[in-house]
Amino acid sequence: MALVVEAQNLQKNYNGFPAVAGIDFQIQKGQCFGILGPNGAGKTTVVAMIYCFHPISGGKLVVLGIDVNDDPRAIKKRLGVVPQENNLDLELSVRENLLIYAGYYGINRTVAEKRAGELLYFFGLADKANQEVDKISGGMKRRLTIARGLVHTPDLLILDEPTTGLDPQSRRLIWEHLRRLKKRGLTLILTTHYLEEASQLCDDLIIIDKGVILEEGNPLDLVNKQVGTKVVEVDVEATHMKALIQSVKHCISGYQPAGNTVYLFITEDETETVNILNASSYVHSYQVRPANLEDVFLKLTGRGLVYEEDANDESRSYAQTS
Amino acid sequence: MMKAEAMPKLHKLALYYSPVNRWALKVFTRNLFVFRKTWTTNLAFNIVEPLLYLAALGVGLGMLVDDIEGMSYTQFIAPGIVATSAMWAAAAECSYDSFVRMHYQKIYHAIVVTPINLREVVAGELLYGTFKSVLSGSIIMAVVAALGLVPSAWALLTPFVLVLNGMAFSQLAMIWTGIVPKIDNFAYFFTLVITPMFLFSGVFFPLEVLPPILQQLAWLLPLYHIIVLLRSLTMGLVSTDLVFHVLWLLVFILIIFPLPQYLMHRRLIK
Repeated sequence: MALVVEAQNLQKNYNGFPAVAGIDFQIQKGQCFGILGPNGAGKTTVVAMIYCFHPISGGKLVVLGIDVNDDPRAIKKRLGVVPQENNLDLELSVRENLLIYAGYYGINRTVAEKRAGELLYFFGLADKANQEVDKISGGMKRRLTIARGLVHTPDLLILDEPTTGLDPQSRRLIWEHLRRLKKRGLTLILTTHYLEEASQLCDDLIIIDKGVILEEGNPLDLVNKQVGTKVVEVDVEATHMKALIQSVKHCISGYQPAGNTVYLFITEDETETVNILNASSYVHSYQVRPANLEDVFLKLTGRGLVYEEDANDESRSYAQTS
Repeated sequence: MMKAEAMPKLHKLALYYSPVNRWALKVFTRNLFVFRKTWTTNLAFNIVEPLLYLAALGVGLGMLVDDIEGMSYTQFIAPGIVATSAMWAAAAECSYDSFVRMHYQKIYHAIVVTPINLREVVAGELLYGTFKSVLSGSIIMAVVAALGLVPSAWALLTPFVLVLNGMAFSQLAMIWTGIVPKIDNFAYFFTLVITPMFLFSGVFFPLEVLPPILQQLAWLLPLYHIIVLLRSLTMGLVSTDLVFHVLWLLVFILIIFPLPQYLMHRRLIK
């Protein structure tokens, strides 16, 4: 069995605040492993412990067969890291960024030159090689940061929110590159709060919130298990929501209210639900669509129970998609 | 005999001195690489300003001042100008410039995910601050010598003294870089530490003219010892007394050496 990362009861406290509250997970070789969660969930903390930036507060963390407490340098030699904030060297050109970074790993100049050339070509940056880093676009900076993380041919690449802040086109281009890296057998760890990103790229993922794992598994299995196959989004006034849910309760597998919309989860066939909605006088509109990870996320973090306890509470707009 | 429980503590302390190694050298190399692109402007400011001081004070004020200890006033202040400008070079490098790299450019964060650790980053920065200090100080000394202000060949030892100078002030600056919340806060460092050092270490007047209590306080300033050394070398007044000043500086450097690393660690790694 080839485990790249193994975490047991992994904990991290910041001044007594538990940012990561005892989580277990395993990452296999060749996998793209996703860590999903809202902002502040603890995603960055988890990966920063893996790349030996933050010391762990408790539990056990073994990366590439080495305990993080034993020999961080040996681990870091074999890791590539793409941090959330671009921290390219602004005093160096595009190519020099790769060469100097290769130097940090002790790679000799000839090998570094060759490797830099290949990476610039792979990431479509060859014609920008001598540009100042400041002068290239956000998407290119991101690609250069990924290239930099690969300059020493690591066994594992860690990407912390690799596409946050990018336009959709640049984002898709990065996904394409990550897919190609995965095909070559590179193990990837990816944190993200873009659910589409996770479903596009990840073989396996954990959803975390407030430092604990809410759910884990393959994205598709997770959707089927938590939500079903389809979702009906119903636009209904909040005062009638409870009555509506009562009327369809027998033909749905679950639901999630968010403001003036309620998401009805359907496992098999939506016909009966749709009939009820058509007959209802207080449904403004509705829409049937395939279920996705976003629904899982909403269900897991949306605190749906609050709704049943207090149907008239105006403050329950918990459609956190961020 | 060392007690068994003292061992881990000693081991921990050794941790602070181990980062002067090949990994730190890679950080130094990175800075040197950038320096090679910008060295003309980078050095010009470091060199022009002290020469302006020398011209204004030496030639101007010097007209009103008698010889001091057998030196013309320009000769008297020349080694002090070399020492202070080298001090400024190290202090500026490891304060403003290091802060920009650490805080705005996040270069430390980028480096510590490679095999290099934060202690080595700090050590590399100190090496570079020292390098810049020695380089600009030596160039100024050469200019001063070309102006005929350096009678003794002992002045060739200047770079060695400047290594001590550079190390001491790179570290003092790096301590502040580990503490200050904002880049503006370096003003305190320069006003409270560097400027008094500049004025009261015996650059412009022999300390003997000060009240005894102030003379004794000057003994606590690293720059004072540097100036004694440089002035003695340039004038060829070499005696075993100088060893004491070298030792003072070495002890100072070694004692504060763990501090910048400790503070930077506390600042960046939670």
